[in-house]
Amino acid sequence: MTDNASGVLFDLLHSQLVAYIYSTIDNKNKGVSQLESLGFRVGVSLGEQLTKDLPRFRDELEVMKFICRDFWSSLYQKQVDNLRTNHQGVYVLQDNAFKLLTHISVGKQYLDCAPRYLALSCGLIRGVLSNLGVKSVVTSEVISMPSAKFQIMVQRT
Amino acid sequence: MAVCIAVIAKENYPLYIRCSANVEDELKFHFTVHTSLDVVEEKISSTGKTSTARAPDMREFYLGQLYPSEDYRIYGYVTNTKVKFVMVVEASNTQIRDNDVRSMFRRLHNAYTSVVCNPFYILGSNISSKAFEKVVAGMIVDEQKKELFT
Repeated sequence: MTDNASGVLFDLLHSQLVAYIYSTIDNKNKGVSQLESLGFRVGVSLGEQLTKDLPRFRDELEVMKFICRDFWSSLYQKQVDNLRTNHQGVYVLQDNAFKLLTHISVGKQYLDCAPRYLALSCGLIRGVLSNLGVKSVVTSEVISMPSAKFQIMVQRT
Repeated sequence: MAVCIAVIAKENYPLYIRCSANVEDELKFHFTVHTSLDVVEEKISSTGKTSTARAPDMREFYLGQLYPSEDYRIYGYVTNTKVKFVMVVEASNTQIRDNDVRSMFRRLHNAYTSVVCNPFYILGSNISSKAFEKVVAGMIVDEQKKELFT
């Protein structure tokens, strides 16, 4: 019950945050990057907090599994529906009912506003990964609400 | 208890280092901690390969004693985010057990997590949090108290 309540709280707070950010900026393109960088800082802290009691990760795939399971369920109360990888540093996470979109719309209405509701989550993922030692670029894609796809491209040096 | 406690960032530069007040040669401890990083690196690099008797599977954060020296025992702990904690204990101190060290590291880790979650902390900068300082002082102070009483 408390889990559910905090989930709703995060949900509502997030939509207010998006609305606030967009009300403070003139250039609409800046909103996404601002949300993303906010998410990054939170993600770093979150990564420290969530991995505190888990065993050490062996490799990158285990880190991704952590994202799909523990990280996702602590934020969105569910796990990622599908994780795919090409084993060369590209991971695609698919969530068929992404929590932050479910209350906005089902179908194609408001579709052009969808990216701003995924920006913070992209930043969160990038923050967690960066703290766990995986440098990455995270992009998101929405074809039909409320399903969302996150693509993680690992940057190797 | 501990004579020196250090927190090392994942890029191997010190975030925090503190020695007991009655230590004359503080630089020596900086050196000791720095040297121990090689052992830490070696220990965690064995993670991921199949565990053998020689290189047991290191899935726990606590690495145990890193290497023995004549006067001190050095313990290590590495988090999932590759932040390293190193603790130097005097070899003459026989009361302190492996489990005590483990729980001290655990407390240190919790304190560090709070530091990172603090919005006033700039990532990658030196730790100046009073709360963290207090936790560390609690682990070092016992030594000073003992000196006072004897």
